[in-house]
Amino acid sequence: MSVISTVKDPKALKLTVVAQFEASPDQVWAVWEDPRQLERWWGPPTYPATFTRHDFEVGGESRYYMTGPDGDTSRGWWRMFVIEEPRRLEFANGLAGDDGEPVPGVDPMAAHVTIEPMDGGTRMTAESTFVDVAQMDKMLAMGMAEGMTQAVNQIDDLVAAART
Amino acid sequence: MSTCIVSGDTILYNHMVVHQLADPEADRVFRALADATRRDIFERVIQDGLSVSTLASDYEMSFAAVQKHVSVLERAALVTKERHGREQIVRGNLSTLRQAAALLQAFEEIWIGRAKRIAEILGEKGSA
Repeated sequence: MSVISTVKDPKALKLTVVAQFEASPDQVWAVWEDPRQLERWWGPPTYPATFTRHDFEVGGESRYYMTGPDGDTSRGWWRMFVIEEPRRLEFANGLAGDDGEPVPGVDPMAAHVTIEPMDGGTRMTAESTFVDVAQMDKMLAMGMAEGMTQAVNQIDDLVAAART
Repeated sequence: MSTCIVSGDTILYNHMVVHQLADPEADRVFRALADATRRDIFERVIQDGLSVSTLASDYEMSFAAVQKHVSVLERAALVTKERHGREQIVRGNLSTLRQAAALLQAFEEIWIGRAKRIAEILGEKGSA
């Protein structure tokens, strides 16, 4: 089981998820840095993400879109604030319009990620901070949520198959 | 704040929760709680009701300013105000906060999915 704990703080609009992986911090860092790896996990299998730009440096930006089962797409962007390989990553994650560029007047959410070595692997803490419910709702509407149950079941199946 | 230790059970995603919150009412909840003083007021009136004047005496701001914060909380249905003689008693309304927590839960499930997929990717490399 990769996720070990989650903390939801509705008053601060903050979600903290702690996960452990049997891999080195460098390998965990790579799933963020390498856009080809990133797009394999950012969206669920039913809404996979495609990163068309991923300037993984301080001040750098990313552009991505997620494609739904009916071919519908929703677009987003990142702007990197902190990049301390392979320990710390902070970025803004916002909604983009049909042109792929940030929608003016819609605040991005903040993501803070820390990666630390531990016995037998690496601990990753991902903290998401939201501005208001309208923003959260729009981010959810991006399609990330739609395939959740399916995605989780799919992975559980894979894990079960790998064990037998 | 709620902490949950994730078990290996399949996670069920509740669409209802998201739809319930996708309204201006829920938006008011989050805006109301975006301010530190209002969060503090809200926390203090969850257990027991307090009068506006009691609350006001604990903050370095005018009675009117505290009353304004209470009004914002009241509009978001986070607190109720009832008159007791000359006093107005402010009480916390927990069910509204529970609603707000539900939206965070949807994001929690997104991240649980992401972590599982990362583990999957890292696992492939380990076995390669």
